[in-house]
Amino acid sequence: MSFSRETDHGTPAAIATGKSVTLTIDGQSVTLPEGTSIMRAASLTGGSIPKLCATDSMDSFGSCRLCLVEVEGRNGYPASCTTPVAEGMVVRTQTERLKQLRRGVMELYISDHPLDCLTCGANGDCELQDQAGAVGLRDVRYGYDGATNMGQAKDQSNPYFDFDPSKCIVCSRCVRACEEVQGTFALTIEGMGFDSKVSPSQGEDFLGSECVSCGACVQACPTASLIEKSVVEVGTPDRAIVTTCAYCGVGCTFRAEMRGEELVRMVPWKDGKANRGHSCVKGRFAWGYAQHQDRILNPMIRASVSEPWREVSWEEAIAHTASEFRRIQGKYGTRSIGGITSSRCTNEETFLVQKLIRQGFGNNNVDTCARVCHSPTGYGLSQTFGTSAGTQDFDSVMQADVILVIGANPTDGHPVFASRMKKRLRQGAKLIVMDPRRTDLVKSPHVEAEHHLPLRPGTNVAMLTAMAHVIVTEKLYDEAFIRERCDWDEFTDWADFVSEAVRSPEAIEPLTGVKADEVRAAARLYATGGNGAIYYGLGVTEHSQGSSTVMAIANLAMATGNVGREGVGVNPLRGQNNVQGACDMGSFPHEFSGYRHVSDTATRALFEQAWGVSLDAEPGLRIPNMLDAATDGTFKGLFVQGEDILQSDPNTHHVAAGLAAMECVVVQDLFLNETANYAHIFLPGSTFLEKDGTFTNAERRIQRVRQVMAPLNGYADWEIVQLVANAMGLDWTYDHPAQIMDEIAALTPTFAGVHYDRLEAEGSLQWPANDAAPDGTPTMHIDGFVRGKGKFVVTDYVPTDEKTGPRFPLLLTTGRILSHYNVGAQTRRTANTAWHPEDRLEIHPSDADNRGLKDGDWVTLRSRAGETTLRALVTERVAPGVVYTTFHHPETQANVITTDYSDWATNCPEYKVTAVQVMASNGPSDWQRDYADQARTSRRIAPLEAAE
Amino acid sequence: MRVFVSRDMASVALGADDVARAFADAGCDVVRTGSRGLFSIEPLVEVETDDGRIGFGPVGPGDVAAVLDGTHATRLGKVEELAFFAGQQRFTFARCGVIDPLSLEDYAALHGWQGLAAARAQAPQAVVDTVKASGLRGRGGAGFPTGIKWQTVLDAPAGDKFIVCNADEGDSGTFADRMLMEGDPYCLIEGMAIAAHAVGAGHGYIYIRSEYPFAIYTMRLAIERSAHLVAPFTLEVREGAGAYVCGEETALLDSIEGKRGQVRAKPPLPALKGLFGQPTVINNVLSLAAVPFILAEGADAYAAVGFGRSRGTMPVQLAGNVRHGGLYEIGFGITLGELVNDVGGGTASGRPVRAVQVGGPLGAYFPPSMFHLPFDYEAFAQAGGLIGHAGITVFDDSVDMAHMARFAMEFCAAESCGKCTPCRIGSTRGVEIMDRIMAQRAPSAAAQPDPGLLPSQEHGSLAKALYSRAPSRIDTSLDAQTSLLRDLCDTMKYGSLCALGGFTPYPVLSALDHFPEDFGARAPIKEAAE
Repeated sequence: MSFSRETDHGTPAAIATGKSVTLTIDGQSVTLPEGTSIMRAASLTGGSIPKLCATDSMDSFGSCRLCLVEVEGRNGYPASCTTPVAEGMVVRTQTERLKQLRRGVMELYISDHPLDCLTCGANGDCELQDQAGAVGLRDVRYGYDGATNMGQAKDQSNPYFDFDPSKCIVCSRCVRACEEVQGTFALTIEGMGFDSKVSPSQGEDFLGSECVSCGACVQACPTASLIEKSVVEVGTPDRAIVTTCAYCGVGCTFRAEMRGEELVRMVPWKDGKANRGHSCVKGRFAWGYAQHQDRILNPMIRASVSEPWREVSWEEAIAHTASEFRRIQGKYGTRSIGGITSSRCTNEETFLVQKLIRQGFGNNNVDTCARVCHSPTGYGLSQTFGTSAGTQDFDSVMQADVILVIGANPTDGHPVFASRMKKRLRQGAKLIVMDPRRTDLVKSPHVEAEHHLPLRPGTNVAMLTAMAHVIVTEKLYDEAFIRERCDWDEFTDWADFVSEAVRSPEAIEPLTGVKADEVRAAARLYATGGNGAIYYGLGVTEHSQGSSTVMAIANLAMATGNVGREGVGVNPLRGQNNVQGACDMGSFPHEFSGYRHVSDTATRALFEQAWGVSLDAEPGLRIPNMLDAATDGTFKGLFVQGEDILQSDPNTHHVAAGLAAMECVVVQDLFLNETANYAHIFLPGSTFLEKDGTFTNAERRIQRVRQVMAPLNGYADWEIVQLVANAMGLDWTYDHPAQIMDEIAALTPTFAGVHYDRLEAEGSLQWPANDAAPDGTPTMHIDGFVRGKGKFVVTDYVPTDEKTGPRFPLLLTTGRILSHYNVGAQTRRTANTAWHPEDRLEIHPSDADNRGLKDGDWVTLRSRAGETTLRALVTERVAPGVVYTTFHHPETQANVITTDYSDWATNCPEYKVTAVQVMASNGPSDWQRDYADQARTSRRIAPLEAAE
Repeated sequence: MRVFVSRDMASVALGADDVARAFADAGCDVVRTGSRGLFSIEPLVEVETDDGRIGFGPVGPGDVAAVLDGTHATRLGKVEELAFFAGQQRFTFARCGVIDPLSLEDYAALHGWQGLAAARAQAPQAVVDTVKASGLRGRGGAGFPTGIKWQTVLDAPAGDKFIVCNADEGDSGTFADRMLMEGDPYCLIEGMAIAAHAVGAGHGYIYIRSEYPFAIYTMRLAIERSAHLVAPFTLEVREGAGAYVCGEETALLDSIEGKRGQVRAKPPLPALKGLFGQPTVINNVLSLAAVPFILAEGADAYAAVGFGRSRGTMPVQLAGNVRHGGLYEIGFGITLGELVNDVGGGTASGRPVRAVQVGGPLGAYFPPSMFHLPFDYEAFAQAGGLIGHAGITVFDDSVDMAHMARFAMEFCAAESCGKCTPCRIGSTRGVEIMDRIMAQRAPSAAAQPDPGLLPSQEHGSLAKALYSRAPSRIDTSLDAQTSLLRDLCDTMKYGSLCALGGFTPYPVLSALDHFPEDFGARAPIKEAAE
């Protein structure tokens, strides 16, 4: 793919009304949808009207006045961007008179613009430059001695882009992008007339302002006024490759714009169906980790973790890995080893890792990090609806009338989707937020929740059941839907259960701490406000009743008929880029790809035939079971690809003990992560920029990942797995991930129609994609639930065993922040640390006062599992009695605090509820000190002797 | 004894409060009214007698005794019989200056609420038809038929519709909106209530510029007192923040919405997508205040007066260097000369009239040779000008028209919202061109402007523009600069988003065309009004 700018039709497509009009543009008769602008009409018919303030990602504005046209029978020269087409209209876009007017306008622009094009970062990629050429400007008769806005200081505060007001043409595209696309409203135009200036917040610099660095303004800027620092440094790109972001589960697609072999910038792809041309600070800018000096590029081995690492050849590392695994199996049995697939790697890589384990290790000891995030989603939605995935595509939110957000913080965790949601909220959809914290969605510019239900952590099931109580007892349910789609008897059993007085909002108010009136009002709004859409996150799943909560959500959606069409549904916001895909690919110990149980003989036979081995019919070990078995001495070897369980999994002490008890831990990763401190073999991994494959996002959308540069470590991750497999005696001969996908398609009914040529042609596919759904499935359960009848499951509230008391009076809940991703291995190695250099403990002012704590004080955070030290952030975002922190920084190790309580059905850890105490601190905890020492020792790499 | 003294802001500025206090101290029952509208007789005191109200003016606080015994030298007799008033056709301003503005009894006694009663007895469509038949056109300046605008809003499907009154009267030399709001606020309220009935609106806003504290105060009180009479229609006042451009209807809507007052592109028309995105009637004070008369007296009574397609009356405001400044409501068709010389009595300075500017700071300048023009939207448009809000500013022969052209550009630069390029950059460039022209023309070409009128250097970048460095590398000859000025005016007129940038060329080009000698031209320019 060579470099060409994406076509910009100037204004967005008209809102479909079904009607069309026929008009004449420059003598050519065209028929277009009603509401299309003249500008867009001209562009769609191959014409081109000069423009500067118009771009098709936002509403027309009409300020630059370059796009004036002549319309027969109308006075003056209407702006083509703001004038819609009309039946019989005769438009002329290129006349001498228009040229004269356009030149007149351009002459004014250039009279206040520095003419340093040759040394400008945007030279050759500048719309002002292009348009000056297009209108034929040859002279600026005003001279350059008059008033100017030039010579103003640059704002270089943002680590990723510069703002040079001297080059600004005040088109307001940045301001409008911030409002319309991102929804943050951080930018404005300050001053009037000639003094009009773009201003972040109220005259602050970008970094200090409300700006979230999503990059929409930079993308929108037609000049070099807002420009990526990387473009200034490297130069303008000369080619572009479309690929998929490796951060969260939104699955944004980007154009990786290259100059030679160097990545210049990542620009969100307008045709990306998940992100629709938008991005966040992570995907847009935080890709520098790929070239970070911390990356390990050579394989390393060592006999024990107390020794320094020794760099070896790939051949030696692979052979050593195979022989160690075989040795352990010989000594301790077939089931003494296992592996963990990565939700950050591609579908193909994940498939290969589970294949290696099932085919090569001969057991089902495979698990994935979804264990610790959305395993209850898989279980709960599969039980109730029949599919382990969300029901909608992201576009669906634009049809929602009532949006219920439960235990999710999309503006931080899924920012690009949050921008869509906020757009819909600005259009008038109502919002209910169920979250212990006052997240940004509860109230931010032009968005305010109708109802915020700040429930006490751990009471989700009681709260959702109380909402069901209101819906059932007030007869707000959709009887026709239930009778048609669900089992009526199951419904009545469930209805009887939820109707009991003990489950009323009034009865549970002491548990949840939320006013019953508010719960009732929220339930009524969800049930009766039109299309009701539920979006939820880890605040739902990471509880001892995570699976019950997912099913309680499904019950609500079924009872109100909010499943099976656009605008409604139950939508888990998946955490990692490919967590959906990793689950789909058979990463769980009990399931093959496509969620088919290993005990199912027919499915097993299919795989046995394809792989030429007999497969274990017994489900294997889950991650926590592997660690338990390791401390028990029965589990001795682990292959971990692209996951840092030591930092991300709960109860760090226990994880460390489990890893330390193993004889061979193989870590495949970009960096010497925390888990690698306990590893014996390190296989350097490759980044998403360095390989081909696919990711599947939260809306079941399978999208291509394309190699934009050669792997720095020599191999893509799928190749490394293949090397290990072959060293273990398997006979794999994949030349390209496309062949792996073909195998997946052949073995997985829901993926039967997924092939690379189709992905190339269509951009993406949403599974199921097979003969029954040849174009994929944007919305699930349209004509009926996948499992047949939707199943109402009685969800009894069982309080967690994790309880506050005199020793641990506060409840800790954990989460994420916009600028960092997961364990931070990637984002901590980028300039994103400018926004969040450390984990902080959010604590309510009253709790802080009681402990004599001030904002910024070092505090000890202690639970029965462990203790750590971090700084306090005193804020009313958390309720009294609740504290909150993130787990992005290994120095803090928030998971030293979390316990090993977990979901009853899936073992998903209860990250969201830990009883803790907080007190003033005068230094790091013993654990932190010991761990720092251990990590320092463990990360040593012996100097290469041979190479000297 | 009962006496009437205006509490209009202009009258107060001339000392009416002191006069009123003096009469009250003397034991009189002082009724504060609006202004009759002739400022050369303010402060005006009217004494109630068996023969009617006898006027005295101007009157000072020391004149109480002489007024009360009828001997004061400025005894005017019955005010309405003065030539200035006898010649008027006061449809809209019938009560202004006569009644206590906030007295519901006074208002009702002089035909108040009759229009609303008539309207509410009819279907909305019938009301809209009546307004259409009256020929009423937007008095804010654009002259768009009010009835057609209302029809669009009536036909628009929507839950919420709004009535917005544009009372951001920013044109220099205009004051009719203010006088009406201070002198007869219920008239505006009644007009808005009629509009609400006609289009199905529930709530209205009156957007008043912050420079009108008396009007804001009066309107708020009047809204409160008449709430029960216009219910269920409700009203509120929104105060502007000093931007001229917020008188542009879409910028005004943005301002009410709490945003930066910036002009919106049209379409969508405010009638379909106006305030908060809802169908909105937005009319000037004078348009809405004309409606009660039309509904009470019938469309024919209103349409019977006027000229060509300009029907009804216009409250003309005479200001500047004029002997009898004030408000003169008259049917369309009176000539410019009659207004300036007969009604206004020529200049206050006694020197010959050299130019008048009609329609505020964006209106064209006309020389006396064009005083035959009838006051009519079409006639003025044809002559390269506009009626605007019907403000007429008079200049005597000491005026420097190049300076006035420069002022027009400077005004635009100061008030530009900054959205569109021709206005944002063009106005500043226009000032710079005028500086070059004025620096080069023969010193005797015109009277030198008073240096005190030049803006100081403390005006940010505007000052930079005004005192720009010597031009270099460009053709700075008078011919080249004049030609560039014309090109710039062309770009601004046809390229600007709204009337601020689009109309600034009117004063500039009319000054250049009619008074080329002030621009250093050696010979009159042939094709004057191209």
